[in-house]
Amino acid sequence: MDIGLTHYLVLSVLLFGVGLYGVLSRRNAVVILMCIELMLNAANLTLVAFSRYIFFYGQAIVIFSLVIAAAEVSVGLATIITFYRQRKNIDIKNINLLKW
Amino acid sequence: MHISSIAPEFIWAIWWLPLAAFAVIAPLIRPFPGKAEPASYISIGAIGISFILSCWLLISVWNTDGHQILVNGLNWLDITNGPIFNFGLLLDPLSAVMLVVVTAVSFIVQVYSRAYMHSDPSYRRYFAFISLFTASMLGLIMSTNLLSTFIFWELVGLSSYLLIGFWFHRPSAIAAAKKAFLITRIGDIGFLAALLLLYSKANTLDILALNSSAVTAVLSGGVLTLSALGLFLGAVGKSGQFPLHIWLPDAMEGPTPVSALIHAATMVAAGVFLVGRMYPLFDAAPHALTVVGIVGAFTAVFAGTMGLVMKDIKRVLAYSTISQLGLMFLGLALGGVWVGIFYLFNHAFFKALLFLGAGSINHATGTFDMREMGGLRKKLPCTCACFTLAALSLAGIWPLAGFFSKEEVLTAAWDKQPLLFIFAIITTFLTAFYIFRVVFMVFAGKYRGSQRLHESSKTMLLPMIILAIPALASGWLNANGGFERLFVSEGLATNSFWDGIVGMFTHPLPWISLATAGFGILLAYVMYIKVWVKPDRLKGNLHPIYAILTRKYWMDDLYEKLIAGSLLYRGVFRAAQWFDQVIINGATSGLASITKTVASRTSRTQNGALQLYALVAITGILIIALVVILI
Repeated sequence: MDIGLTHYLVLSVLLFGVGLYGVLSRRNAVVILMCIELMLNAANLTLVAFSRYIFFYGQAIVIFSLVIAAAEVSVGLATIITFYRQRKNIDIKNINLLKW
Repeated sequence: MHISSIAPEFIWAIWWLPLAAFAVIAPLIRPFPGKAEPASYISIGAIGISFILSCWLLISVWNTDGHQILVNGLNWLDITNGPIFNFGLLLDPLSAVMLVVVTAVSFIVQVYSRAYMHSDPSYRRYFAFISLFTASMLGLIMSTNLLSTFIFWELVGLSSYLLIGFWFHRPSAIAAAKKAFLITRIGDIGFLAALLLLYSKANTLDILALNSSAVTAVLSGGVLTLSALGLFLGAVGKSGQFPLHIWLPDAMEGPTPVSALIHAATMVAAGVFLVGRMYPLFDAAPHALTVVGIVGAFTAVFAGTMGLVMKDIKRVLAYSTISQLGLMFLGLALGGVWVGIFYLFNHAFFKALLFLGAGSINHATGTFDMREMGGLRKKLPCTCACFTLAALSLAGIWPLAGFFSKEEVLTAAWDKQPLLFIFAIITTFLTAFYIFRVVFMVFAGKYRGSQRLHESSKTMLLPMIILAIPALASGWLNANGGFERLFVSEGLATNSFWDGIVGMFTHPLPWISLATAGFGILLAYVMYIKVWVKPDRLKGNLHPIYAILTRKYWMDDLYEKLIAGSLLYRGVFRAAQWFDQVIINGATSGLASITKTVASRTSRTQNGALQLYALVAITGILIIALVVILI
């Protein structure tokens, strides 16, 4: 079977769907963070696929994206650790202080 | 003697000297406490030079061909293809005579004020305002353009307002100032409307251009009549003619020299001046001129009757001023510019003298109420002599100034309008009666008050004595037809001075007017000195008439209760208040409450559930994506 652009895109949609589902349904903040990474990487996969088949520069954007993702993960994890020290759990249902 | 013609710089100086005095006194001298005197020196010095220059100007105008000097001024609003408003100076006999009157009376009144206002803490403010007034009045007289006339017209209104309310700690003075300002504004609306109409039709507001285009029928009948009536409405407001006369008696709340200068001699005559200034326009609109004559004649009698019953000496003089201004309008309408202006010229001097006399009496007795006077003849001999002389002049007794000007008005009326002549002759009788009622109540009999009487100081008496000269003799200026020839150039025979003084007695008219005036004086004598007819009994017998007169024909009530109270306060203003409270306020507070309700409802969706936020965001993006794809 010949692997083409469509296959990559379908894969990335699936990855994105899995990540989105995780973000919307899981309670554990770390898992949500992981799911966000999953969505981000789905997008990265698309960019890489496009750079392979259509236009070259997508790869450069992926490098930037990875750097930002790394920074984001560090901030996210730090937030979660601080939250854990306060509440002794990391259930997203408890992170609801900022409301009306 | 040849006097060289006056240079334009000097003509300008007539106007800017008092203005400079105001500019110096108001900001520069006021901050120094204890230094009041310089204010009056500056002000009097400026107006004194203006007076000398005005006399020079009058002679120059007389010597100029066509009796007219034009000085170019600034072009205001000088836009390409735009309107041109030249603020220059127009000097003809009318303005030159007015300049002399205004500067002379202003000078004399200011000298008098030095003594009259001596102990007033607001001495400097007084002289600043008087200078402002004089400058505005001179500007009004000299301007070439109706627009600048209007600007100065409003400025004299402002100065009048400031000076009526000079003693602003007295509520009555504030009310009077407000009343004067508002009532004259009604007239000024007419003036402004006339300006707009004239500009839209004639495309200029230049006085000479308007007057000539009125004659050459560039302006058609209806426009001409309407604009003339509009200008006359302004004059009615300023000159206190019926029905806008109600502010002038109240304006007596101001200091007495102010009443003499502004509310007797000069500013109230600005209406007469305006009609005289635009006379060709009025002449081309005969209906408007008829209105001028009728309003003038009616006001003359109407105000004269109210003068009969007033107890306050200044109020009598105020109603007398209104009445005399009515005669001036009558003279303008029937006899032409020079008759009205001749009357104005003479009236300015003797009426100012009457007011200065009233001020002197007030200094002695501490009141203006004639019931607390009497017998002042012995204690105030000089005041008595001056006042009586001016009263005789006002009553129109030969050979005083008032006789000659009244004679011209009566002659014009006799020739043209017998009906209006009756009004004029009734006014003559009323005038003689009420002014001698004042003279007899104040100077004859026994003193009824409780003050220690004393004659006023020399600073007050000297201006009065100087004013007594024109009050006696200013009418003689026309004895050989000189005054008339200033205005009417051709076709007049010059007669000798002596003929002018006694020559008119070949005609029955002077006898009639003298007899009428004499009868008025006699009646006053009978009632207030001999008391053969007791005023109080007459009051009882004629009670309804007396009530009408003391209530001033209910004109004040008409304005205050009906127009201000019912129509404006309970009608228009209440409707405006309702509109403001219900519509404007309702709309804004309704909008506010809607916003608040919506906000408090929708803020419930901000429940802090992060995953719900994410779901909503994703759904939104999906919807947008769907829309983009499908469309």
